[in-house]
Amino acid sequence: MMALRERAVVSLRSVPSLPKHVRIQYDPVRQAFAVLSPEKIFWPNDISLDILRRCDGRSTAGDIIAGLAADYEAEQEAVATDVIAFLQEWSDKLLVRL
Amino acid sequence: MSTPLLPPIGMLAELTHRCPLQCPYCSNPLELLKANRELDTETWLALFSEAADLGVLQVHLSGGEPTLRRDLEQLIAGLAGRGVYTNLITAGVGIVEGRIEAFAEAGLDHLQLSFQGARPATTDRIGNHKGAHEKKLETARRARAAGLPLTINAPIHRHNIEEVPEFIDLALALGAERLEIANVQYAGWALTNRDQLMPEREAVDRQAEIVAEAQERLAGIINIDFVTPDYFAIYPKPCMGGWARDAFMVTPDGTVLPCHAAQTIPSLSFERFEPRRLSSIWADSPAFNAFRGTDWMQEPCRSCDRREIDWGGCRCQAMAIAGDAAATDPACAKSPIHARMAMLIDEAKRIATAPSREEAFVYRRIGAVTESA
Repeated sequence: MMALRERAVVSLRSVPSLPKHVRIQYDPVRQAFAVLSPEKIFWPNDISLDILRRCDGRSTAGDIIAGLAADYEAEQEAVATDVIAFLQEWSDKLLVRL
Repeated sequence: MSTPLLPPIGMLAELTHRCPLQCPYCSNPLELLKANRELDTETWLALFSEAADLGVLQVHLSGGEPTLRRDLEQLIAGLAGRGVYTNLITAGVGIVEGRIEAFAEAGLDHLQLSFQGARPATTDRIGNHKGAHEKKLETARRARAAGLPLTINAPIHRHNIEEVPEFIDLALALGAERLEIANVQYAGWALTNRDQLMPEREAVDRQAEIVAEAQERLAGIINIDFVTPDYFAIYPKPCMGGWARDAFMVTPDGTVLPCHAAQTIPSLSFERFEPRRLSSIWADSPAFNAFRGTDWMQEPCRSCDRREIDWGGCRCQAMAIAGDAAATDPACAKSPIHARMAMLIDEAKRIATAPSREEAFVYRRIGAVTESA
């Protein structure tokens, strides 16, 4: 039996990125941004898209939360809850690397 | 029509019917096309370009064995150049060294590799190809080394359903990000071999438990997609996400179909790319419009609150079992002939476990059932 890979758990220090095989792409036919991944296509809303775009492999989850809270003029704590839940969900689907 | 016409999002391109394996559940039609009927490079590239214009975002390159096409790198590059997400569906046998790297270089996004068994003897026997398992392991290693994400596809039936836990271990060991535990769909060659392939109820129940447990245990480690077996179902699958709703497929000679088995519906006739354009086939082909939306439905589908969830299920299964392509998919518990599914399961068990039984797969090969024109 091989050594198992482990499930990644989001923290404020996580540095999320999109794997090479997951990409955000504008679709001129539907005039919307799609996330293309193996076998599945997602149509994220504006906020989800904003989070995914900030998963650049340099910013920490903490940076992303601070940036979003500033841009949306929202409470950092509320933003943090949503962003961490979002990143965990996308990490569990192997669409975001932590 | 009750629902607006949407652009197609996905396309399955069966580049060739040639294949080194002879799996008895192949989804290709019984009348396999020979190499001289295949579209040439230019025509495939033109077709892909039109597909991208039409709104296709994801193309699955399949077959037969698509790597037998010497121009596969060119086809991948053509799609990648249009921003189309490419998924190569391969048996992973006989791919010469350096080619997987060339596919990745050309812009391939993802590779799906089939395993007929989790054990070498099973893989070799089901595909009727000695040494196939070892070659597949090598293909998986090369794909990972080339940086390609990997899905392992395991078509499940009576002869490998007990290997499901081993398939999960295998997919983990190979570094796959996705595993499809895909119970065989009884169309094409699988319909011919149904009595040999149909699993037993107890095995199906056990499989469902094993998969559910593994999905939970391995969340965030590997995605396990479970394609459940139709004959044991309560509700049918929304086959192709609904007939001609957001996907289509193209056969090696350029015939454009709503699904794999659509040619088994005798009342329909299908058109080929060139002279016809994809956009006009998608919008205007009588075959594509025959079961689009919900207007074609009979009862119990017509008044069912799941009609836009299941889309009536599979038209080809309705044809094969109910003898009417517009009937409710018999996999649905609301179908008046749903009980026939249970009878077919029992009948298959009786035949497959008969004392005098000899293994009698009709292996998939040209001329095994009917000669292609």
